[in-house]
Amino acid sequence: MNITVAGVKKEVRDGITVAQLIIDEKVETPEYVTVTVNDEFLENTQFEETVLSEGDNIEFLYFMGGGQ
Amino acid sequence: MIILSKNDYEKILAHAKNEAPVEACGLIAGEISGNDKIVKKVYILTNTDHAEEHFTIDPKEQLSAIKDMRANGLIPLGNWHSHPVSPSRPSDEDKRLAYDSSASYLILSLMNNESVLNSFHIEGDKAEKEELVIGQE
Repeated sequence: MNITVAGVKKEVRDGITVAQLIIDEKVETPEYVTVTVNDEFLENTQFEETVLSEGDNIEFLYFMGGGQ
Repeated sequence: MIILSKNDYEKILAHAKNEAPVEACGLIAGEISGNDKIVKKVYILTNTDHAEEHFTIDPKEQLSAIKDMRANGLIPLGNWHSHPVSPSRPSDEDKRLAYDSSASYLILSLMNNESVLNSFHIEGDKAEKEELVIGQE
């Protein structure tokens, strides 16, 4: 099936989860990455259970923060 | 080297002064030419912590900014934030939360009513100052 990851169209296997996509995409420090699917923000606990569908649009966002 | 226009610098400065004593924050985007990062757009985003000693960029605004960058052919180059009452250098917390080693981290100090902007490459607990040029445009 075809999905879009960070603006790039990709073909992935049917039934792939967000957790597996994070591994396949070699996302650095995934524990600090926020994922959106079709602009909906996922909780980290949803990565394993969220199965992607044809045409989904996925973004990986690094947490950005700090303190003085 | 990272190159920032005077207009964009003044945009960051004005917002940071307006938000002080709360920390201000945002993103930078532009082009990469050889070893140079050329900032073409500065994004003013919300510090969801609304705190004087901490910032978190609003993830929804971050997502919108990333889409805007893509639509305009810009590359994400890093982020910026202000230190209203401390120097322009990464704190331990800044380093701990710098998860993207490809990003430039700009820190604007407003300490003692002086504005000082520096850019850093942060990897692990190591922060290295990057050459920053503020242009005339």
